Amino acid sequence: MKTETKKIVAKTGNEAAAYAMKQINPDVVAAYPITPSTEIIQIFSKYVADGEVDTEFIPVESEHSAISVCIGASASGARVMTATSSQGLALMHEILYIASSLRLPIVMIVGNRALSGPINIHCDHSDTMGSRDSGWIQIYCENANEVYHTIINAVKISEKVNLPCMVTMDGFIVTHGMENVLLLEDEEVREFLGKREPLYSILDVKNPITVGPLALYDYYMEHKRSQLEAILKSKKIIDEVFEEYNRKFELNIPSFIEEYFLDDAEIAVIAMSSAAGTLKEAVDLLREKGERVGILKLKITRPFPYEILRKKLENVKVAGVMDRAETFSTMGGPVSIEVKAALYPAIKKPVIQSFMFGLGGREFSLDDAFKVFDILKKIKKENKIEEEFIYIGLRE
Amino acid sequence: MKLKTWRELEEGAVIRNVPTSLEYKTGEWKRESPLYDSEKCTHCLLCWLYCPDFVIKVKDGKIYKFDLDYCKGCGICAKVCPKEAILMKEEKI
Repeated sequence: MKTETKKIVAKTGNEAAAYAMKQINPDVVAAYPITPSTEIIQIFSKYVADGEVDTEFIPVESEHSAISVCIGASASGARVMTATSSQGLALMHEILYIASSLRLPIVMIVGNRALSGPINIHCDHSDTMGSRDSGWIQIYCENANEVYHTIINAVKISEKVNLPCMVTMDGFIVTHGMENVLLLEDEEVREFLGKREPLYSILDVKNPITVGPLALYDYYMEHKRSQLEAILKSKKIIDEVFEEYNRKFELNIPSFIEEYFLDDAEIAVIAMSSAAGTLKEAVDLLREKGERVGILKLKITRPFPYEILRKKLENVKVAGVMDRAETFSTMGGPVSIEVKAALYPAIKKPVIQSFMFGLGGREFSLDDAFKVFDILKKIKKENKIEEEFIYIGLRE
Repeated sequence: MKLKTWRELEEGAVIRNVPTSLEYKTGEWKRESPLYDSEKCTHCLLCWLYCPDFVIKVKDGKIYKFDLDYCKGCGICAKVCPKEAILMKEEKI
C-alpha cells in the first residue's frame, strides 16, 4: 500500500497509543490509571465496553497488581499490554524484574513523568530511568506518530525476543499534544503481528512446568547470564522488525537512533524524546547559517546501542548529551554517563558535555536549544570543558 | 548432581521435567541421623505418621527402611517413638 493512500489523523500521544492498542487487540490488559497516561487506559476501556476489541480488561487496585496480572497473563501465552507513569511505575519496580527474568513479553506504554518529591505531574525521565536496569527493553518516542508505530513494533519485538518492553513518551508534551498520526489499517497491524508463539504456557496442563523457581548461589548467576544473552540477541531482532515494518508500509520509523544532519557535523547533540524535535528546529536554523551541527536522537536505551554511538560520533568534535533525570552521582544524568562510558574505549571520540534540562516539566524552548549549541561551540573553540554538568533553564 | 552451565538452562528459569524434588537430596542438610533398633520397635508407625519427608518406608504394616537421602535429621521420629527404638546420632562430617 502506498503511503499517500494512508489515513492521516490528528491525535494526542495518549490517543495514538490507545488506538494502536485497539488495532493490536491484545488478549489481556490490566492497568491502573495515573496522570499523564490515564487517557490511554480510559480510551481503551471504552473500546472494551463498546465491544471493539476482544480484550479481557482487568481493572486492578494498584500498579503493583496491574503488572502482576500482566505477568500471570503473559505466562499463560496471552498478548498483554498495560500503561503507567511515574509513581505507578515505581510501585511496579520489584515486579518489573520478575517479568524480564521469566522472559515474558509485555508491552507497557509509559507517559514519562517526574518521580516525587516534590510531587509533580509533568514530564521528566526519572520514572523510566529508575527502571532502566530491570531487564526491560526501553524505547523513547519523540512524537505521537512515533508512539503509534513504535508500539506496534514493540509488540512484535517483545514477543520475538521474549522480553518485556517499555514504550515511552513525554508526559503532557506528547501524551496531551495533538499531532498528525499516520494510521495503518487494522488488518495490516494484525497481519504484521501474527499470533504470539510463547516460550511456555502455564495453562498447558498436559505439560506441567515450574515457573519462578528459587535459584541461589548455585544457579542465579547462570540465569542472569542467560537473560543477558536474550537482550544481546535482541539488538539484531529490533533492527529486523523495524526494517520489515518500514519496508512493508513504506515508512521510516527509526529503531535505535535517528540521525539529523549528523554526517558532516562537528558539533552534535545527543537527545531523546520530544526535546529532539526542538533541537532539530535549532539545527535547521543553524544550518542555514552554514554551521556544521547535527542531532543523534537516541531512541532505544536498553539494550544500549554503544556500537552505533561509537561509529556515528567518530568524527564529531564536541557532543552534548541531554538528560531529563537527575542521578545525584554529581557527574550528570544517566544518559550522559552511559554515552561517556560507551565512547571511552573508542580511539576517535568527541569531547562530551553533560546537560540537564526540563526537570519536572520545565519548558525546553528553542532559545534553550540555541544555548546548548552556543555552549558546545565555545567548548570547541576553547577546547576545554569547565563544568561537569550544565543545568539549562535553571534560575541561578 | 552435576550443575548445568548457563547455556544448558531453560530460558526464563522454567523447569520442564517436573517433578524434580526427588533429584534434590535434602538428606545432605542433616546434622543428626536416626539410629533404628528393630528389636525394640513395635511397628506402631507413629514415626511414619509424623515424618515430614516420607523417610520411613513401610510394607505390610512394618517398617523396613529409613531413606536417609531425604532425612533432614529433625528428630521428630525419635521424639514420638514410645519405645525409644529410634535415637538421634550426630553425623560425622
